[in-house]
Amino acid sequence: MSIVLHWNDWLAMFGHFMILSLLSVGGAITTAPDMHRYLVDGEHWLTDTQFNASVAIAQAAPGPNVLFVALMGLHVGLNAGGPLTGLFGVFITMLGILLPSTTLTYLAASWGHRNRDLRGVRAFKQGMTPIVIALLVATGWILASANVTGLKDWPVALLTVVTALIVWRTRLHLLWLLGAGALLGWLGWI
Amino acid sequence: MNPSPDLSPDEKSARPQPQSLTDLFVSFTLLALQGFGGVLAVVQRELVEKKRWMTREEFVEEWAVAQIMPGPNVVNISLMIGHRYFGLPGAMAALAGMLTVPLAVVLLLALVYAQFAGHPGVAGALRGMGAVAAGLIAATGLKLMGALKTHPLGLPICITLAVLCFVGIALLRLPLVYVLLGLGVVACTLTWRKLRP
Repeated sequence: MSIVLHWNDWLAMFGHFMILSLLSVGGAITTAPDMHRYLVDGEHWLTDTQFNASVAIAQAAPGPNVLFVALMGLHVGLNAGGPLTGLFGVFITMLGILLPSTTLTYLAASWGHRNRDLRGVRAFKQGMTPIVIALLVATGWILASANVTGLKDWPVALLTVVTALIVWRTRLHLLWLLGAGALLGWLGWI
Repeated sequence: MNPSPDLSPDEKSARPQPQSLTDLFVSFTLLALQGFGGVLAVVQRELVEKKRWMTREEFVEEWAVAQIMPGPNVVNISLMIGHRYFGLPGAMAALAGMLTVPLAVVLLLALVYAQFAGHPGVAGALRGMGAVAAGLIAATGLKLMGALKTHPLGLPICITLAVLCFVGIALLRLPLVYVLLGLGVVACTLTWRKLRP
């Protein structure tokens, strides 16, 4: 795929990612459907395959999942030119997706830290704890059920449950578990 | 009335904390590089259980803010932890640690991915790691539940709120914003009344 991007296109993409950044409550991945709508269906700057590969590689790689945005920028840039435009795409998309949300979080966190004894601040932080804890368990559940499409997938479900129990109850290093999961998958046992 | 999780300066200096901006940068780089399929489980394990920079209760409260604000949650929490110790430079150091090296790694992976994407072993390994990553995240939630024992609302109300949240998100698949707003307003209001001075 080969495309032509002008400065106003780069600027429009930067602006679009800045808006998505402000909407990304619950993580950048929650805005992925809109990125697909914009980059793949709307502007045709990215193919479907490149979009899916960006998400899959970032999931498999170490580090925050938001890096899938960098890979989208990379692919748009590669389509528009070469490796250097690719790196420019990484810069534009990452800055766009991070600048607004991190600025806002920084301001909110420093205000909250200065006013940490206010009743409202304590009520907010403590009040939200049962909900955000349950949200983590729910996220694990959703991720696990994406792997399980029927009864035949019981080994995958079992692996997730056993992992959760081991991490909850023991101090075994997390990399051992990931390695074991990769090995079981490589051998085709799950 | 519960004790405030924020300690006095004396108590704070007695606890382990990052020594320098370099320490923050290196610590967060190492955290991020261990986080396959999500960094949160590693952040909790390393900062709360191993380095003991923060208690379980403090971690959950910071996590609540990181979750509510827009943006990637682990990026938000690294920024907030860095800010706690060294202000704006700390926030930048933690953020840079979380992103710089992992970004280089993911770009390299994207270059080699094309060659191996079709290999059945690679596809299987990714599937296995995905299943483990789901378990890691769920276990992090289960571990943090201990922090609810000292919650001002008491355990029964906390568990009710947690179960409602789980049902809404995991089973009914309601949009996150509605669940956070709906249950959040109830939970914060109830807590606010309990904290009456």
